[in-house]
This record gives sequence, C-alpha cells and structure tokens, in this order.
Amino acid sequence: MKFSENWLRTFVNPSLTTRELADLLTFGGIEIEGVATVAPAFDRVVVGEVLSVEKHPNADRLNVCQVNTAGNADAAPLTIVCGAPNVRAGMRVPAALVGAKLPGMEIKAAKVRGVESSGMLCSAKELGLSDAAEGLYELSADAVIGADIRQVLDLNDIIFDSKPTPNRGDCLSLRGMAREVAALSGAAVVPPNITVIEATHSAKPTIMLHAPQSCPLYVGRLVRGVNAKAPTPSWMVRRLARSGVRSISAVVDVTNYVMMELGQPMHAFDAAKIDGGIHVRFAQSHEKLTLLNGETRELNDSFLVIADDQKALALAGIMGGAHSAVENDTQDILLEAAFFQPDVIAGKSRVLGFGSDSSYRFERGVNFAGAHEAMERATGLVLDICGGSAGPIAEGRAALPQLPERKAVDLRLDRITRVLGIEFSADTVAGIFTRLGFEHIAISGGLRVTPPAHRFDVSIEEDLIEEVARIHGYNRIPSVPPAVASVALPAVERQRSTSALRCMLAARDYQEAVTYSFVDPAWEQDFCANASPIKLANPIASQMAVMRSSLIGGLIGAVAYNLHRKQPRVRLFEVGRCFVRGGGTSNGADDFQQPWRIGAAACGDAVNEQWGIRPSRPVDFHDVKADLEALFQPGTLGFEAAAHPALHPGKSARVLRAGNSIGWIGELHPRWRQKYDLTFSPILFDVELDAVASRRLPKYGAISKFPPVWRDLALIFDENVTYQAILDAVNAEKSTAIVDFSVFDIYRGAGMENGKKSLAFRMLVQDTHKTMTDAEVDSAVSVIIKILQNKFNAKLR
Amino acid sequence: MQDLDALVKDALAAFARISDADELEQTKARYLGKTGLLTEQLKGLGKLPAAEKPVMGARINAAKTLIEQSLTERREAIQNSRLEAQLEEESLDVTLPGRGSGFGGLHPVSRTLERVEQIFHSLGFEVADGPEIETDFYNFTALNQPENHPARSMHDTFYLEGGKHLLRTHTSPIQVRYMESHQPPIRIIAPGRVYRVDSDATHSPMFHQVEGLWIDERISFANLKGIVTEFFKLFFERADLQVRFRPSFFPFTEPSAEIDMSFGEGWLEIGGCGMVHPQVLKNVNIDSEKFQGFAFGMGLDRLTMLRYGVNDLRLFFENDLRFLRQFS
Repeated sequence: MKFSENWLRTFVNPSLTTRELADLLTFGGIEIEGVATVAPAFDRVVVGEVLSVEKHPNADRLNVCQVNTAGNADAAPLTIVCGAPNVRAGMRVPAALVGAKLPGMEIKAAKVRGVESSGMLCSAKELGLSDAAEGLYELSADAVIGADIRQVLDLNDIIFDSKPTPNRGDCLSLRGMAREVAALSGAAVVPPNITVIEATHSAKPTIMLHAPQSCPLYVGRLVRGVNAKAPTPSWMVRRLARSGVRSISAVVDVTNYVMMELGQPMHAFDAAKIDGGIHVRFAQSHEKLTLLNGETRELNDSFLVIADDQKALALAGIMGGAHSAVENDTQDILLEAAFFQPDVIAGKSRVLGFGSDSSYRFERGVNFAGAHEAMERATGLVLDICGGSAGPIAEGRAALPQLPERKAVDLRLDRITRVLGIEFSADTVAGIFTRLGFEHIAISGGLRVTPPAHRFDVSIEEDLIEEVARIHGYNRIPSVPPAVASVALPAVERQRSTSALRCMLAARDYQEAVTYSFVDPAWEQDFCANASPIKLANPIASQMAVMRSSLIGGLIGAVAYNLHRKQPRVRLFEVGRCFVRGGGTSNGADDFQQPWRIGAAACGDAVNEQWGIRPSRPVDFHDVKADLEALFQPGTLGFEAAAHPALHPGKSARVLRAGNSIGWIGELHPRWRQKYDLTFSPILFDVELDAVASRRLPKYGAISKFPPVWRDLALIFDENVTYQAILDAVNAEKSTAIVDFSVFDIYRGAGMENGKKSLAFRMLVQDTHKTMTDAEVDSAVSVIIKILQNKFNAKLR
Repeated sequence: MQDLDALVKDALAAFARISDADELEQTKARYLGKTGLLTEQLKGLGKLPAAEKPVMGARINAAKTLIEQSLTERREAIQNSRLEAQLEEESLDVTLPGRGSGFGGLHPVSRTLERVEQIFHSLGFEVADGPEIETDFYNFTALNQPENHPARSMHDTFYLEGGKHLLRTHTSPIQVRYMESHQPPIRIIAPGRVYRVDSDATHSPMFHQVEGLWIDERISFANLKGIVTEFFKLFFERADLQVRFRPSFFPFTEPSAEIDMSFGEGWLEIGGCGMVHPQVLKNVNIDSEKFQGFAFGMGLDRLTMLRYGVNDLRLFFENDLRFLRQFS
C-alpha cells in the first residue's frame, strides 16, 4: 500500500526522520519496500497569475506575458516570455523566479529574441512532477498568488510503499499505519476528525441480510440532492494519487478516501437506479452482472451480491455494478459500509481474474466495529464537497455471534520465556499491550488479553507472544545456541550418498546439470514413447508442460544447447526425481511414483584431444558403460540387449541389478539425432538412484600364498555369441582354480571367416592351498576350452 | 725389474685413455689375460732364484692390485658416463600437460547443497526428503493455510491437470511428512526442488530450497537466532557477517521472521523462519504444550549466487558448460 508520509503524520507524528520512520515500521513487521520523493528538489517557484498575453514581436510561437507573482496588487508584474500553447490571461501557473534552481536548469534573467524575460512559467515536466509536458501546469483558481509552489502542492512529501503481510489487513489504511507507528514508537495518535451527521430527512433504505453468516453487518445511508459534478478538492486528489488511487468523481473519491483513511471499503450507488430495498444475498446460478470495469460476469452461488428487489446491483465487497454507478447527473446516492466475512471474498479474485482495493481488504479482514464511523466520515465529506441532505443511518445487523468474536487469550509469562528465550516482567508485557490498544487484565502468572476488532490475526497465545517480541524488537532478543545433549548421527556404510555418486561422475569427466522437471511433451513422446504424460494445468510455456518420466529429455536438451554453442565434447549428468503415475507409497501423493534417478550423456571424443593420445576416437557405448559400472563398484550389473524408444536398437541395453531392471543405457537413436540437430549421437544412461546407492560391506577373504599362473587363450566364435553368454557358461562349470577369466582382445577381419570373431581370454589360475603343477593348470584350462567348444562350437585359434 | 713399474704406468695410462667398455676389457686382457704382460711376468717368476722369488712375487702382486684397482675405477667411470648420457638422452619436457581423462564437476547449487548439509550435519541435523508432486493438504492445509487463505497468493502454484495435485511451492511439506512419522526430538534439514509460476532474471519456475526444523522441549526463538546466525557465518566463512531478523508472517510459524544478512554494505533478504505454529504441531499429533521449536527456509540458488557472485538465476538451469566448468 502506498501512502503519503505527510498524511500519516497528521495522525501520528513521532520525532523521527523519514528513514527512521520507515525502519521503525520495517522492524515492527510492516515492511516499507520503498520511500520516494513526490517531487525533485527545486526552489523559488511560486504561484503566478498571468495578467496579460501578447504576441512576441519577433517570434511566432512565443508570447510575452505579464505575470503577478507578488500577491499584492501594488507590486509591478514580471515580464516573462512563454512558449507554451495553453498560456492565457487569468490562469494561475507555477512561475520560476530569477535564481530558481529547477531539475537540470537554473533560471536567469535573459533577453529572449530581444525581449527581457524575468523568469519562467512551468509545466509539470519542468518541475519534475510528470514525464509528459502538456503545456503549463494550470493551478486551481484559488491558489494563493506568490505562495511557494511546494507548499501549495504539498510537494515536500514522501510516498511510502508498504507491504503488510497477509495477516495484517488492519494496516491497509492510514489509521492502521498510525496505530502501528504509535505502538512501535510510543507517540500519541490523533484520532481522525469524525463528526456525527444529523439527518435532515427521514428516508432510509430497508436492508435485508439473506446471508447473515457472510454479511452480518450492512450500513446504508441515503444522501439526497448531491452535486455529483462538483470537483474533488485538490488535497483529496493529491492524497489519493499518492496512494495510487486515480480521481474519478467527487462521490467515488470520497468512498476511496475513507477506505484509505479508515480502512473501511465503501460504495456509493445511484439511488434512483435501485428498485425497492437492499438485499444482501448469494447470487443465483447464471445470474449476470455488468461491473464497473465493463465486464459482464455470469455468477454462481458462491458470490455474494448486493441486490435490490429486482436484480443484482454489485458484487459484494469486490466491485460495484455499472447500472447503479454514480454518474454526473446523479441526484441521490446510497452510501454503503458493510462487513463481509473474509472467507466469502477470499479466492474470488483468482476466480474472476481481477481483484480490487476493496476485495483485497475484505479478504484480509476489515474492522467490523468501524462501519458506522466510516459512514459518518463519508457523509460529512460528501456534504462538504457535493452538498445535499443526509438521511438517517440504516443498519442491517445479524444476531450475534455472526460477527467475528474477539475472545480473551491467556498469556503466561513463563510461556513467553520458553518460546522467546528471554524473560519479560508482567509490567513490560502489559505496557506493550496498552500501546497496541489491546485490553488486558492481570491474571496469575500472566495476562488475559482481548485483541481489538481490527486485529484478525490474534487468537492464540503464540500470536500474543509474537506481538511482545515484535514490539520489544526481534533484534533485542539474544542469539543463543541451544543447550541440548549432543547426538551422534547414523553413518550408514551400506548406502552410498548421492554426494559420493555425484563426485564419482565428476571424477570421470562429467559436469553436473540441473534441468527442469517439467519438459516438452515431444520429449516424453520421442524418448519415452509416453503419449499420456502427467500434464501441468498451468504451465509457464508449452515446452515446459509435462512432468518428466526420465532424465533423457533434459540431458539431450542440455547436450543440444552446448553442441549448438560449438562445444566439441559434452559430458553431463543429472540426479533428480522423475514422475510416473500410480503405485507410489508416499501417503497423499501416492497417485504418483517419484523415484530419484541418475543419468548421464556423453558425446564427442572419448578423452579430450591431447598430445600423445592418437588417434582420438569418439566416445562409445562401452566407454559410458564403464562409467555406469564404476558407480556400482564393487557390485556388478547385468546388461541385456533390448529396444528403447530413445535409443539405437542395436546399441541399447536394459541394465539389470540382481536380475531386476533398474534402467537403460545406449546410444541415442539416429532419428532423434537428426530431429534434434545434434552433431554427435550421445551415449546415455538413466538408472534408478536407489539401486545405485546401496552397496555391500567389504568382507575379507584369504590371500593366496601360492604363485599365480596366467594363461591366455584365443577361440573363434560365431558373431552372435555374446560375451555374457560365454561368461555365464564359464562361471557355471569352471574349476575353482580359475580365479579370474576375462576377455582382453577381440579380432575380426583378415584371416577370419565372415560372421566370426576371435576372442582372446586371459585366465588367472591359482589355488589357495598349494602351488599348482603344470598338469593341474592345463587341466583347469582344458575344462574351459571344452565348455566353449561344447556350448558355442568355438574353435581354438 | 724396471719394466714392472713401467708396465703399471703404461697400463694405467692406457686405461685412462679408454672411454669404451669393450675396448677397456680388451686392454685389460693385454695386461691381465692368459698371455697378458703381467701374467707373463708371473710365469717368469719360476725362473728366478729362490731368494728373489718372494720379493719379486710381492712386487708383481702389488702391480696387479694397482692395475685391477685402476681397471675397476675406470669401469665405474665409463658406466657412470654412459648412464649420464642415457639420462641426458631420456630427459623430458616436464612442462608438457599431463595426459589422460579430464575431470568434471558438481553443479554450483549442488556444491552449496553439500556445504549446507555438511554444516547442518555438524550441528546434529539429519537430511529428510519428500515428494515434489504434492497434495494441497501437505503443501498448504497442514501448514495452516486453508483454502483461499490470502497467504496462498504469495505462492503462485503449478497445478497438475485434474486439480488434485500440485508441485510443491516450498520444502515445508517435508516437515509435515517427517513429523507425521517421527516424535520429537526432531532435528532435520530438507533440501529440494520447489516450483512457482514465475520467470525472470531473479525468479525461476523451478528453484531450490532448504528447510530446517528443530523440535524439542525447550527450543526457543533465541536458539533459532543462534543456529541461523551460526549457519550463515559458517557457510560464508565470514565472522564479520551480520544477520538480522525482521518480524514477518508465515502461516505455519508464530512468531515469524524474515532473515536478512549483510557483509557490511546493505542488507539482503535471505530466508524466512519462525517458531513452528502450535496448529501445525497439532495437525501432526505433537503435543504443543510439551514440545516446541523452530523452522527456517532459504533459497539454495540465492545462497549460491551470493557465495560465487553469480548474477543471473537463469544460468543455473541453462547448463552451459562454459558456466558449469567454472565450478569444477
């Protein structure tokens, strides 16, 4: 909420500078986000009356004016040359005298095309009051000639921009701010000048509350014979403008002014447009209402309306209707001050797509004890400005307890100490609540406090404790480390931390990426064949519209981003949640599974191009497979050739751990490489983090004291025999003396039949109990040869 | 036996001239070989009269020792110079770059996360986790924000189609879930991704928060100030860092505070905190008369920006290698 500092100081005027006042509020919990001067610095500008205007003898567009700036008829007028098109005799304008310092210029006596000019008549722009110059700034006809323009326009003022938290609706008015300043500073509040207006006619509206639980109080008053065309006084226009409220017409301005001053939203109807009495009721479904902003809305029974006998007139607490709006020719008005329960207004601005100053206040809570006072204030202002004759105040009031109650809350001093960590005396606490205007009495061990009607945020002991802390000052509460016994936290060795996994991939030349959890639906379709992804109802962009079910899309996106920026080699990984429907276990969100996954993508050279490693070769499936396997060390993984929508069908595998599928590895399908315009095909993996994180505890086994024997063996196989099949067969039947068996070379080509490949294996043969003889080693090796010959029809090379 | 001295002198001179190992061995043969000059001398001993034999024998042996000693020295010298030559030849340009695979690095926000976890671990906090697709109940209602509460408008929420679920707008639902299944004392932090409908240089529709929660019998607001202040000093490794607390409002804490910090010039809003609202404790069946405590939350992205001088939040999600490598 924006407001004028000078206006605030009419209610409470502590001896504090602007800065100190802003800090006082900010550290009292009402954040002042900004303070801005109303006008830049300038001086020696006074109200001048243009006495005469004559054409400049030497310039078509200039006029020579005689200007009275002295305020008495005897003083000689000043001659001022003026180029503004709207200059005319009789107008009052700001006149900068010789020696005046304006923003960016200094006024000197000068000859303008041969005519002596002693000053300058000013536009709003020249005074720094506006960005646009539309000729001279015309002042009202009653501006006192010769008076300092800064006084006349109240320019020595500051606009405060406050941001009360949603619980402090009571601060959305000058009076509310003044209360806060008074409580925080100890300064006294000057109450607003409100006089009771006696009725001068007896007509009053009948008010029927059909929804007393939502509108328990409605105050109306008929003011007859107003001049709706009367101009709004400039002081009111100014204060409203400094609160960001545009002047519309005197009656509307008065209702807005009272809202800003007292916090009570008000409305004025053209009484001639009302058929019969006032009904406060819920809208019928499909009931239509054209609002002041020109929109016609179809309502439903969640909207409260102000209606007459025939039709809805206004959206209660939100906006008036166009039909009953006060116009220039309006004679009689009905003023409204009501209390609408926060819950009937809350959420409506989201449904409507707009809110108003009124709904903003009602949804936060408006002082239900202030309606009459606001009505008197508004009536008084209308009568002053527009004339007319006021009737008696009519009131619709629901039986108690429809209005909010303010229950007394007990505050224990020892509870304050427990919660805040410092002690307060009963007197100090009582003093705080006195300053806040809360009623209180002493009880054993504390106080019984009753919050006032304007405070909607105080209903439990902790709320009172916050008031104590806030008024005392948070910065006066010490910082104290908790006094508790130290606890040892678990250190789970069977679990690899996510941090350890991140570091492992970083050590293997991958950079960590963070990609969005919501992705392009095309990614889900292309990379996961997911035609019905989890959709956002309100995505920020169409390419961020669905939840990812794998990390692949984001990784490809990040790879593409870098390749398109001429990075020759991209290696990225990500750790994050993915989202799929159904089967989850977390309570409440169990319509979805949200597993953590870890994935990586690599393309470009296997290692950075560097001296001494030639030729460089592109990273391939098995390079990335090693990176993936490293994460599981010393555990082992299974890999099973299988097709995946994102991957090259001949270069993709399902990743298995203990027989369970935990993810995928493979090269990006050439189709997607083309579609996503990638210079290289990245190799990707995407696996469940939980599967990676678990690991076994190491278990010591005896080290053989006997010499190892290494044997190499090369056999020719059919091309379609997989290494895994060979391993499985060997492991099933080999002698226990074969401690290690692995491939160390693969050969295809010259000397090899088509469709065949030669695999060279190396075996470590060792016994833990004795030195093996050559014959024993040969026998163990020959078992392996037999297995391979029998199972795969392999031939020794 | 004049010629014996001459022979030794001769041999020593010959050895000294030689720098090749083979030549040295050949030359050795000339003196010490089967038909070598010295060997011949030894053979000639037999012809000498018996009285001269011991004297002459001793002299010849002395000469032999001298020659052998000289030979050994020369051998070593030749070996040494050969080794030196070899070493000379083998010397490298040690300034050439090291070879092998490169190294990557952690995302800057992960770096921050790790530091935050380490610091809080040292203060006795465990790490808790929770779902990112949440229900209205855990994200709002259980945190004392019933439907249509004006505080909800502070969070522009992403909803899933169907309207039943949303993307969590803060990490606070993790608090609720944790307290549902644990009784005090509770001391956790809960980091993670959060989502709000917002996007510009200082707002991202997805960002990271960390939530802290300590519930026990006598954990006070003064303790909250103590822990939070300690954390920021440890995180930024600045003893002169200032932290201040401003009254604020969060539906799930009472009293509530904004946390500002300063390195000496100007204040930055860095997080929110407060004493857990009794209603929130009641919602999870914790006795709010017996137990109390604090919660705090802060943006990991913002901490990262301040720590490393990053000035645009969007850089964290572009995954540009030129950016990421700066944090390797």
